Amino acid sequence: MDQIPILSLITYAPLAGAVILFLLPRATERAARWVALLGSGVSFALSLAMLAAFDRSATGMQFTEFIDWLPGLGIAYRLGVDGISAPLVVLTTLLSLISVLASWDPIRRRVREYYISLLLLETGMLGVFVSLDLFLFYIFWEVMLIPMALIIGIWGSANRVYAAVKFFLYTLAGSLLMLVGIVAVYQAYFEQTGVRTLDVLELAQGTYGQAFQMWAFAAFFLAFAIKIPMWPFHTWLPDAHVEAPTAGSVILAGILLKMGGYGFLRFNLPLFPDATRAWAPFIIVLSLIAIIYGALVALVQPDLKKLVAYSSVSHMGFVTLGIFALNAQGLYGAMIVMISHGLVTGALFLLVGILYERAHTREISAFGGLHRSMPVAAAFWGLFAFASLGLPGLSGFVGEFLAILGGFRVYRWAGVIAMFVVILAAWYMLWMLQRIVMMRAPGEPPDPDDPELRLAAVHGVPPAAGGAGPRGQAVDPRTFPDLNWKEFATLAPLAVLTVWIGVYPGYLMRILRPAIEQALAAFGRIGL
Amino acid sequence: MEWIADWLFVIPLAPLIAAVANFLLGRWWIRDRAHWIAVPAVGVSFLASVPAFLAVARQHEPLSQHLYTWIPAGDFRVPVVLSVDQLTAVMLLVVTGVSFLVHLYSVGYMHGDPGYHRFFAYLPLFVFSMVMLVLASNFLVLFVFWEAVGLCSYLLIGFWFRRRSAADAAKKAFIVNRVGDFGFSIGIMLIFVTLGTLDYAEVFERVGTLGAGTVTAIALLLFTGAIGKSAQVPLFVWLPDAMEGPTPVSALIHAATMVTAGIFMVARTHPIFLASPTAMLVVAIVGAVTAFIAATIAVTQYDIKRVVAYSTVSQLGYMAIGLGTGAWIAAIFHLFTHAFFKALLFLGSGSVMHGLHDELDMRRMGGLKRSMPLTYWTFLIGAAANAGILPLAGFWSKDEIIVGAWVGGYPVVALIALAAAFFTSLYMFRAVFMTFHGEERFDRAHLHPHDPPWTMSVPLVVLAVGAAVAGFAGVPPEQGWFHRLLEPVFESAMHHEVSLATTLAFGAISTVIALAGLYLAAAAYVLGTVSPAVVAERLGPLYRLAYNKWYFDDVYQRLIVEPARGFATFLWRQIDVGVIDAAVNGAASLVVWTSQLWRRAQTGLVANYVLAIALGTVIIVGAYLIAGSNLFR
Repeated sequence: MDQIPILSLITYAPLAGAVILFLLPRATERAARWVALLGSGVSFALSLAMLAAFDRSATGMQFTEFIDWLPGLGIAYRLGVDGISAPLVVLTTLLSLISVLASWDPIRRRVREYYISLLLLETGMLGVFVSLDLFLFYIFWEVMLIPMALIIGIWGSANRVYAAVKFFLYTLAGSLLMLVGIVAVYQAYFEQTGVRTLDVLELAQGTYGQAFQMWAFAAFFLAFAIKIPMWPFHTWLPDAHVEAPTAGSVILAGILLKMGGYGFLRFNLPLFPDATRAWAPFIIVLSLIAIIYGALVALVQPDLKKLVAYSSVSHMGFVTLGIFALNAQGLYGAMIVMISHGLVTGALFLLVGILYERAHTREISAFGGLHRSMPVAAAFWGLFAFASLGLPGLSGFVGEFLAILGGFRVYRWAGVIAMFVVILAAWYMLWMLQRIVMMRAPGEPPDPDDPELRLAAVHGVPPAAGGAGPRGQAVDPRTFPDLNWKEFATLAPLAVLTVWIGVYPGYLMRILRPAIEQALAAFGRIGL
Repeated sequence: MEWIADWLFVIPLAPLIAAVANFLLGRWWIRDRAHWIAVPAVGVSFLASVPAFLAVARQHEPLSQHLYTWIPAGDFRVPVVLSVDQLTAVMLLVVTGVSFLVHLYSVGYMHGDPGYHRFFAYLPLFVFSMVMLVLASNFLVLFVFWEAVGLCSYLLIGFWFRRRSAADAAKKAFIVNRVGDFGFSIGIMLIFVTLGTLDYAEVFERVGTLGAGTVTAIALLLFTGAIGKSAQVPLFVWLPDAMEGPTPVSALIHAATMVTAGIFMVARTHPIFLASPTAMLVVAIVGAVTAFIAATIAVTQYDIKRVVAYSTVSQLGYMAIGLGTGAWIAAIFHLFTHAFFKALLFLGSGSVMHGLHDELDMRRMGGLKRSMPLTYWTFLIGAAANAGILPLAGFWSKDEIIVGAWVGGYPVVALIALAAAFFTSLYMFRAVFMTFHGEERFDRAHLHPHDPPWTMSVPLVVLAVGAAVAGFAGVPPEQGWFHRLLEPVFESAMHHEVSLATTLAFGAISTVIALAGLYLAAAAYVLGTVSPAVVAERLGPLYRLAYNKWYFDDVYQRLIVEPARGFATFLWRQIDVGVIDAAVNGAASLVVWTSQLWRRAQTGLVANYVLAIALGTVIIVGAYLIAGSNLFR
């Protein structure tokens, strides 16, 4: 090996942390937190170095590593990143680091075990993004599943076991189908060329029959469609989000969902181009259903996390719409939506967690008037809510507009239907924003200068109490302290990145360009 | 003056810096000094606009400055280029000038508000967004700041966020605007897909290559955006509710930074509209309907700010008539004069509220002429200008639009506009008389109305002067200085040859109509010869229709909002939980149930197993025999 194996270092730095924690059963909680911070911090720093050294003009994989593993079967330890995976690797390390920080105070039970799971999860996720061998990919894909299920099932809230099992079985069902697909492709390539290999790049060179492509595509597609999740495979998502601890939700929304989109781009498109073209209209219809359906259902959620979860379903619809539009704008849009959604929805889940820490409830009706008691948090709420509803100048808009434009280019009706969500997204996000950040705490009377008082005096009826609903047992939002420095530190980098990608997406898009041009090579390079 | 081309970025940058500084540091450090940075910043912006205006006014060549490439996505590239032609230059002066006065006014008006620094962060951000909107040279950049203007309106309308009404109004403004933006953004996509570019100049060049249907679709989709932003029927409902924001915000929204955006956009994209007579007709009809409906509503309202707000809707309708009938310059001229008198009217109402402890209901005002003379005279000038009284600003521009509609071949539109002009004069003077004349109907023991401090009165005086004389920029009609200035922009547009007789005739008709409105208002609220209550009684359903704002809000609530929420709940409860998730859980239950079934076989009794083995053997052997084996033969 003639260069530093930076991808392996990025991937295994968290694993090293997990091993250290595993070997130190008596580590204090404090030590466990610091080890986790170190593990994910090193990984993050290395991934930044990787991004800095990334050659934005080169096509193909970079930082490749190759170690023969089972040569007889064509299995090898192959790593590498291109423009599609490099930003996702950095997103993963960043959100993992933030998750470690965000779990600092909220996780008080079995801290050492929690951080072992979190670090293992990080290694699994990074492995998925950097492996170029289907066998290796599959191992990482499954490795990631167990710690995530544990995080939901052990550190989650009331109905956590149900959610964890549902998440686990659902994803496992998908990945078993993918395994069948992997074996099928492996075999088909062997029959065609006499070479046994699981190298993704090499397999993509093969040409497969139409009928075979259709079935193999479906096997891979289902695995990724469950992961991303597409309508109607999405119902594990709201349950998993609601029950997961804050960091679990952040990682789930921020990274795990992206694996679906990544899988489509890395496997479905290059391996089965003919099937992709054949399936695309069907998938676009499903995406449109997801976009509108997710937004509509988000509109009536009484629970903050469910609202954000359904909005994720809607946003992920843009990713699949963009990918299967099969043109440049669509692919750029899908990638930017993925990254932007990681930042924005991650931040929204952090904010929900911050409120949960204070109120021990996620009912929207328990909050109100947070702008007064938590002005800094309110500013973040506003920023990320507007980023989520696709305000230009923030990251969400660039991706959504490009993805919709991609869809519009293929089917006019697809663009029109997808665009309709700008109204719904504004509706559910602003409705939420109004009820938690604006107005008054539940039961709080109007201020003396409120015109409602004067109207009430004129009409002889008592003024309505503030807030949205009955108080229940919730803690009064007026007493909430504003963000502490740790909470601020988790949100601020996401805010900066959201604004930066919104104002200057050029940096990110230049990283993406060679990979997207390559991905489109098989589809007529539309829009380049 | 060409040097300004390299310094165009200063115009948006100055307010942006003020906004960012006040937003990030306001709470901890700047606090009550927020105006120290915001007011000069907008002033700088205005001062930088002046040389840009002079440069294009003299040499007729647009200025432009390339900033950076925003989106490079394959063949879809969006550069951010600031460009100034005569139209943009006029808009820049209006926007930054009025905004500067509003900023100055806000120093006094918002004094002591706990959110002072926040206010002076949002206000310059509003100016920044609007300035960038008019400077854009690309449809997507225009759209970005179009939405940014929407954001600022949200922030400022909901500024007093603790009031439910303000929070509702802010949300409503943003969502209703988004309905328009839905069409607008599809229009932009259609332009890109059919023409392959979003650059203004290139788009306008290639418009001729499109089919009639496509051009009409594009024009109507773009106009949908304008319907939302410029509060035309049927999306005007957000604008009157926007009164929930502090009064300077209303002035800004109505005069300078928001509702004019739609009119500006249509004027800017006039080559597209010119290519589609159908779209032009739609614009004219929507404008006429808006002008009329809003004017009738304004006559019945008691909230002083609402009267002024509906008057804005109505005046925007006039501008749309101008756009639709091809009287482009007249429409922009009306936008220009309207900025003065509408800002003046709002700041004047703010001044009244300031003196009466935030009283809004005109039934509890009256007689303020004596205690607030400066406010009275400036408000009167603004009202008269709005009502189209000769020779104030509104007369010239409104009259030109009506004449334009008449000679352009839209006599019905012109007649509707004249009818609306009667109501305009009626509601304006009704507001003046109810507020400033007659007996004092407020609580005189506790309220001592007085004219405002200098930061508030200086803008009033400046705007009053503007409202009085701004109209002369367009005199004589069709050939004034203003027309010659804008001619290069609308070169390709049609020209109307208006005879002097027509001009004079319409001037006379308008004046008579305006005076009739004035007389009726005086008869009802000063002379007492007509009783408003009796008139309302006699009009019955018509009065209730106008009083209830033609029931637009109720219809939306019943036919769209509630069914949508109901459908969403149905999707969630019945489809998501009831069908999809039930199927998933059902599959799991099925597995459990089958396992339970098989589990019964595992009894643990050896006798059972022996029986099963024996039976199995018999069955297998039997099957073997039946299948025709020759083992035993």
